[in-house]
Amino acid sequence: MPHTLIELEREAQQTYGDEAKPRMGFFTDTSICIGCKACEVACKEWNHVPEEIEGWTGHSYDHSIDLGANRWRHVAFIEQKKPLGVDAAAESLVEAAERANAVDGWGLDTYQDGDGMRWLMASDVCKHCTSAACLDVCPTGALFRTEFGTVVVQEDVCNGCGYCVPACPFGVLDKREPDGRVWKCTLCYDRLKDDLEPACAKACPTDSIQFGELDELRARAEERLGKMQAAGATEARLYGADPDDGVGGFGAFFLLLDEPEVYGLPPDPVVTTRDLGQVWTGALTAAAALGVGIAAAVFGGRKG
Amino acid sequence: MSGERKMVERAEPRSYYGQPIIKEPVWTPEIPFYFFTGGLGGASAMLALLAESRGNEELARRAWLNALAGVGVSPALLISDLGRPERFLNMLRMFKVTSPMSVGSWLLAASGATTTVAAVSANTGLFPRAGRVAKIAAGVLGMPLSTYTAALVSNTSVPVWHGARWTLPFTFGASAAASAGAAASVTTRPKAAAPARRLAVGSALAEAISVELMKQQLGELGEPYAKGRAGAFRRVGAAALTTGAAVLGGPGRRSRGAAIAGGSLIMVGAMCARWSVFKAGFQSAADPKYTVGPQRARIDAGLARGAARATPQQANLDGRSEFSVAAPQRRGNVDRGGAGARAGEGRVSSS
Repeated sequence: MPHTLIELEREAQQTYGDEAKPRMGFFTDTSICIGCKACEVACKEWNHVPEEIEGWTGHSYDHSIDLGANRWRHVAFIEQKKPLGVDAAAESLVEAAERANAVDGWGLDTYQDGDGMRWLMASDVCKHCTSAACLDVCPTGALFRTEFGTVVVQEDVCNGCGYCVPACPFGVLDKREPDGRVWKCTLCYDRLKDDLEPACAKACPTDSIQFGELDELRARAEERLGKMQAAGATEARLYGADPDDGVGGFGAFFLLLDEPEVYGLPPDPVVTTRDLGQVWTGALTAAAALGVGIAAAVFGGRKG
Repeated sequence: MSGERKMVERAEPRSYYGQPIIKEPVWTPEIPFYFFTGGLGGASAMLALLAESRGNEELARRAWLNALAGVGVSPALLISDLGRPERFLNMLRMFKVTSPMSVGSWLLAASGATTTVAAVSANTGLFPRAGRVAKIAAGVLGMPLSTYTAALVSNTSVPVWHGARWTLPFTFGASAAASAGAAASVTTRPKAAAPARRLAVGSALAEAISVELMKQQLGELGEPYAKGRAGAFRRVGAAALTTGAAVLGGPGRRSRGAAIAGGSLIMVGAMCARWSVFKAGFQSAADPKYTVGPQRARIDAGLARGAARATPQQANLDGRSEFSVAAPQRRGNVDRGGAGARAGEGRVSSS
């Protein structure tokens, strides 16, 4: 069911007691992603995710297309023709100089400048939602919430019913063929248990992928956003950092430089079970109507 | 949200190279067939129960057999759809109201058991007492069994399904009733099949009306019903339902041959209706505009904030939060936890 963060914490206490851990997550700061795909590779290596050759897409440097059963990190590449830099955003020469000063002083290099073109790169991953649709709809209990507040599929329980696949508002989960089960990012549950950071975060050379306690990551992200805004990067925005969005906030959230849909992310994701009451009311009302209809057909006419 | 967006008309929502946002379902053709057989079975059980109470034994016995056939073949279809069929019993590991598939698995299990006893009892006269209880249970369980499948597909992120959560159960219920009436009209002599004919013809009409209501409710999201396979199934199904209803309601009242032809056409129509819904879901998931469009519209209309925020929440920054552009001398402070703080030079891309 839809959660608030507080409910989630209470639930973790009830489920795990003393073994409950602080909620862990990712802050993926796409403004410093260099598109090296080390995260994709490290994830595959550590988690034994099978290869899947997609071929040449023609979509900039993206040849793995999307997240799925065999891609738990996916780096998106977006090429945009835009006026760039501090000068383009500043109203006056003085302001431009101040912003340039801010950029130098704070070290806000984003690696994404070019000659009249900007290159957005972003490493996508499972959002480990506070209110997770996959978890809600899973009929077997294969999907569960760990003591770290992450969402994981138990491969020895999943029977490949596929319900989580269209339930996820982000298109994260998919069925692996010919395996038959559903797979997704575990936030390296095994590594977390040994106090190690997930493979993708470990491999990321620019710290675009940051791992840690969610509270701390959120504070860090606010600071980063503030600095970028102040330096004139007015398009910078946090995505999934707030607990009042449609999925109760992400366990893995992002700093983006354009609208979410440009990166293939939904701008206003809502967990499907938020409408569960309506869904069941509709089905039960229709069931009653069906009974009435059959009764009308049987008793409505002449006998026989 | 971000203030930089101009007030320009958005013709087509933006996307990442036209890639879908959500995943298409991975369900196999067994699933729309199951929607059909489960609905036929569930509605047949209630038809049988009520026909018997009205004293129409002949119709009741045939309808119980139809119910058994429908409910009996359903688990096989569902298990064969699983990626790991040998683990089908994991479906009964728990009971979850948040998962219509979990609720449905229990419904189908209970329905299968009671319908079997009911059908055997009705046709052989064995276990009369158990049979009486089983008949009532099977009839009642058959109703949610016929409509929960709409809850199942509505409880996803697929826009054409989720958006139809109020109307789709009625479409599925009408389809189920039409199939049950048609099946009983095919297997019963016309003389005894009057209630089944009324059910089939009336439900075919109700189906057509409920689909129109659904399309109205969906608006632009309902586009897939006019396109591709979903559209083709919709048109073929509507034609089959109309023709079948005319044949069954007319010559089918006296002629067994006409009843069989009309009933079969209605069943084909009901089956096509399920396929149309199934395919529309795939088409709706495959095009990002159906996912992004309504979400962006919600944000633009102020009905949602969305998941993105461009304004920093300074309260979270415990004092280290002066983002005046003239403050780079605070470097020692801001390096704490600053993500990109390692890079000393370069310029921010602002755009």
